[in-house]
Amino acid sequence: MANHDSSVNYINEFKGIKSWLFSLDHKRIGILYMITVMFFFLIGGIAALGLRLELFSVGPTIMTADTYNQFMTYHGAIMVFMVIIPGIPAVLGNFFLPLHIGAKDVAFPRLNLLSWYMLITGAFITIATLFVHRVDTGWTFYTPYSIRTGGATAMAVFGVFIMGMSSVLTGLNFIATVHKLRCEGMTMHRIPLFVWGLYSTSILQVLATPVLAITLLLLAMERILGVGVFDPALGGDPILFQHFFWFYSHPAVYIMIIPAMGVISELITTFSRKTIFGYTAIAYSSLGIAAVSFFVWGHHMYVSGQSETAGIVFSFLTMLVGVPTAIKMFNWTATLYRGSISFQSPMLFALGFLFLFMIGGVTGIMLATLAIDVHFHDTYFVVSHFHYVMVGGTLMALMGGFYYWIPKMFGKMYNEALARITFVLIFIGFNVTFFPQFILGAMGMPRRYFDYLPAYESLNRISTVGSWLIGAGFLISLYVIIDCLVRGKKAPDNPWGSKTLEWTVSSPPPHHNFHHDPVVSAGPYEYR
Amino acid sequence: MSTVNSHEHHYAHHFKNADHEFVTSKQGVWLFMVTEILMFGGLFVAFFIYHNMYPDMFAEGAKQLDWRMGFTNTLVLIFSSFTMALGIHFIQKGQNRKATWCLVTTLLCAAIFMVIKYFEYVHKFHLGFFPGKYLDVAHVGAEHANLGLYFGFYYCMTGMHGIHVLIGMALIVWVLIRNMRGDFHPHYYTPVEGVGIFWHIVDLIWIFLFPLLYLVG
Repeated sequence: MANHDSSVNYINEFKGIKSWLFSLDHKRIGILYMITVMFFFLIGGIAALGLRLELFSVGPTIMTADTYNQFMTYHGAIMVFMVIIPGIPAVLGNFFLPLHIGAKDVAFPRLNLLSWYMLITGAFITIATLFVHRVDTGWTFYTPYSIRTGGATAMAVFGVFIMGMSSVLTGLNFIATVHKLRCEGMTMHRIPLFVWGLYSTSILQVLATPVLAITLLLLAMERILGVGVFDPALGGDPILFQHFFWFYSHPAVYIMIIPAMGVISELITTFSRKTIFGYTAIAYSSLGIAAVSFFVWGHHMYVSGQSETAGIVFSFLTMLVGVPTAIKMFNWTATLYRGSISFQSPMLFALGFLFLFMIGGVTGIMLATLAIDVHFHDTYFVVSHFHYVMVGGTLMALMGGFYYWIPKMFGKMYNEALARITFVLIFIGFNVTFFPQFILGAMGMPRRYFDYLPAYESLNRISTVGSWLIGAGFLISLYVIIDCLVRGKKAPDNPWGSKTLEWTVSSPPPHHNFHHDPVVSAGPYEYR
Repeated sequence: MSTVNSHEHHYAHHFKNADHEFVTSKQGVWLFMVTEILMFGGLFVAFFIYHNMYPDMFAEGAKQLDWRMGFTNTLVLIFSSFTMALGIHFIQKGQNRKATWCLVTTLLCAAIFMVIKYFEYVHKFHLGFFPGKYLDVAHVGAEHANLGLYFGFYYCMTGMHGIHVLIGMALIVWVLIRNMRGDFHPHYYTPVEGVGIFWHIVDLIWIFLFPLLYLVG
């Protein structure tokens, strides 16, 4: 690169819509993913608000029971497969993984672009079922109902299959990138913890997603050819579907949360102005979570009729996940200790994460306990638990990471005061929405029904009001982003005083990331 | 494995040299093979579970298959793996014409495999051995009421494998054309290497499918 002019960057070096749609630049592909994920988040979010509105009062409020089942299915499928799974790895990971390790791009740029096209193709197919025959199975597509229902299930799962391939290819790309493209001096013990998170996630994506792929293909074959594998009428076993499904979908939960933990590690150390406590422990606990996650799927099936021995073993293994997770929590807390903490919006989201994720995690241990789960299974307690992990955990980290990296991505600063307001709205709204659901679950309110007994009404109303606060919070976030892009002040190269490599280049970064190949001689967080 | 020098081939800008590009691409292909094996792994696990549940039915189903056809196909595929490996060997030596003939032979073997598979399928359809619910137990005179499940597995597993053979054929055509255009030389043959790995895995899966479906029971 002869041109060292910092006014030339990846955004303005090439022009026109084609230069974006066919770009092989990981940064541009990251932005494409960002727009896609935001769009799907909007649709999934509207479905969520619809669900909560229906549950505002006893009896039919705004929709029929069938419509409710469809809303629930699309909310789940969109949020899981199109928002949270690609959210952090494909948006922030794509943009920052090469920058973090001093590489010019990911290992396979064309594959990277193909992954994005596969995501939108799969998403298009799955969402197009809305206009063919709406699916009402829930995002889990449990057999035998999914074999019998009238919805276009085969088409929906085929879309998910393609999105799964996209996720596999992203994971494969990231593994090869981390192994082969680290710059000189960037040993595995010097890569930022976000990269460790992405690396562990990628291993899960590569190892778990193919099992989902074959499961969904078999389900599609079940509907098209009636092969009988999951159909009890033909000698098949519907419970086998649950085993297969959760063999993927439980690791998938960690595909969703481990990159979030990586983001939190970056945020906490930056805004505490202090070297992260226990780098190695945090790095390897990500791998630890990934390893254990393959042996816990049976905790979704305590009441499915699996043997008691299996239940006990799965219960024990599930609790084991708490160990590496707690290692992370304690290390983050230890990093905060005597740090010079500043409460800018990314840090607020990080602290919000610590608080909400702790609740999500501890209720997870409760649900791992056999005797308690038999009572709580399929109640709102479970709904609340996984929303505390997925929204309180992953989405909080995504928002925090987003505010943290916006100055680098677009070279502009956002309105800090408004960003803090979005945090307050989302954080309070989230707790108002989901804390009552713990109580409702403990009272025995079952999940997935469009109606409930009058005794549950007041708590449901509180929950619905909370959902409006969350909605308002995210709408204002959208405004903050647009406002930042349109009117934002120019961002300095390193507004937060961070130590990782991406902050050493100009904001926004040049097309080839680095003007000179970086050479690293120390760890990523040399604060004090 | 092999050392590749950087002259002649233009490697992508984010790699240090052509060798760096080669080993990275190869790692990518191997990672993809892991996903292939895991995907078929799901089918194999399901197969073993039901085989354990209904051993008689699987024995009855296996009897309906012609092991000679399966065996021929096994030989054909093993031979095609050999010619594939030989093709890569010739490209490494710079003997592209010989490599072309090896790739053509591989392609022919793959076609023979698919033709034999086609006749097997047609014969099964003719006798009424359809998958799952479409198999009429009374019509085919089956002893086991769920024989359709066996054929469900048969069609899913061999069908999945057949799709991979077709994809493999398309990939071989791609590297064949590029080889004839003279794109490859001893310092650059990454795509052939990758397609070779894929082709060996496809063969390997068949080597497991053949005894399980045709011989067990």
